[in-house]
Amino acid sequence: MSIDYEVIRLAAFIVGIIGFVALNAAYLVWLERKEAGHIQRRIGPKEVGPYGLLQPMADGLKLMSKQLLVPDGVDPVLFKIAPILVMTPAIMSFVTIPFSETLAPRNLDVGLLAVFAFASVNVLGLLLGAWGSRNKYAVISAARVVSQNVAYEVPMLVVIVTMVMVTGTLNMHDIVTQQMGGFWQWNIFRLGVSPLMPVAFLIFFVCMLAETNRAPFDMAEAESELIAGVFTEYSGMGFGVFFMGEYANIVVGTSIATVLFLGGWSCPFGLFPGVHWFLIKMYLLIFTVIWIRWTFPRTTFYGLLNLSWKILVPVSFFNLILTSALLKVF
Amino acid sequence: MTRYLKEIISGTWSLFVGMGITIKYFFQPVVTLQYPHEAVPMTPRYRGHTQLVWDERKGGDKCIVCNACMKTCPSGCISLAGEKLEGAKQKSLTKYELNFTTCSLCGLCVEVCPTEALEFSKDYNIAGRSEDEFKYDLLKRLKETHS
Ligand code: SF4
Ligand code: SF4
Repeated sequence: MSIDYEVIRLAAFIVGIIGFVALNAAYLVWLERKEAGHIQRRIGPKEVGPYGLLQPMADGLKLMSKQLLVPDGVDPVLFKIAPILVMTPAIMSFVTIPFSETLAPRNLDVGLLAVFAFASVNVLGLLLGAWGSRNKYAVISAARVVSQNVAYEVPMLVVIVTMVMVTGTLNMHDIVTQQMGGFWQWNIFRLGVSPLMPVAFLIFFVCMLAETNRAPFDMAEAESELIAGVFTEYSGMGFGVFFMGEYANIVVGTSIATVLFLGGWSCPFGLFPGVHWFLIKMYLLIFTVIWIRWTFPRTTFYGLLNLSWKILVPVSFFNLILTSALLKVF
Repeated sequence: MTRYLKEIISGTWSLFVGMGITIKYFFQPVVTLQYPHEAVPMTPRYRGHTQLVWDERKGGDKCIVCNACMKTCPSGCISLAGEKLEGAKQKSLTKYELNFTTCSLCGLCVEVCPTEALEFSKDYNIAGRSEDEFKYDLLKRLKETHS
């Protein structure tokens, strides 16, 4: 009996997560265009359906109706599995993310570790896609993606180590339950543990932007310098899947930020915790991600590496040392 | 070291200032016009193709068929005709054709008209599939817009 229940649970979560990811990918594009429009004092999509709400369907239909070109000279296997390699880990990461007290696919004790293990496959997908394309622009861009990801994984993981020290667990469910009961309990505001908590959040957020290849760190695409970067040779839905993977990664990144720093599904005033609070916090963060994109121009590559190695890495290490010292003292 | 810290703090601050500016714009009303659904009211000085002026008192055009506009037009794109009706003091217009494909919008016809029977329209949405669509029968247009 219990096995049956497990199977049904599993199937429900697979369907649920894939639906959630697909809907998010589709409607984040819509949100992005609307938000970009309003920041530039335009309206954004409005013709297809009310408020342009059917626009993602139309875009999807357009992408699917396009021919999937596989150019001569590419490595056909790498070329074809690369989009899947970007998309799959993004979906897999959702396995451990707790949306609420009960709504979590799997309550893993090493949940945080698992997410970061999956997340690192994303780079591999981009690298293989570019390498398989045998296109100079794509290969240059892939080299940039890898050095960017290495540069930003370091401060991000240092921040994670700090957070793990503070919370004492890798289990995301426990991390959230520690932060219940008002926003002053959230990790971002626990200044008693370390006065640099908001800075840690900021570092995590910046690294997340860089990891998901979002502007101002969108060196992977760099459409003005490298045509379309790693996606240069991709057409139709092959490109579409890369694109969906990017948005899925944003959802994963903001979910982790919500869990680690903003108290997950807990209410800011200590009342009625639930999945709605998780979603509100997550979408506010996503709104900020898009807002950042339409505020700052793309940095240069030197600027990007300088920011990471000269500022984020030292500051995050300083935060680690300070936090561990304070934890030892008190 | 202090310069390094100062740079970080002022740099971060400037990023937040930038985001403050964009969010301010986000909440301001949009300024673009939804073109096919909305149209801009044209400025009074805008020169569209010429058209006949409607005379309220007479209930028709103001033209006295003096042919001045036709003669003065450097491009020769006006052709008009008139006839003297029974009991009327002046001739009245029976045909006024403007070939807008050759009109240079010089305005000489508007200038020269003794009765101010011509003006520039505010029409800027003109598009067509063939040359013939730009050979306007201005008399017909006048009647259509005031019927
Ligand atoms: S505007 Fe100039 S070119 Fe056009 S009809 Fe009048 S006189 Fe002719
Ligand atoms: S100049 Fe004026 S009054 Fe004379 S024919 Fe032309 S439109 Fe009529």
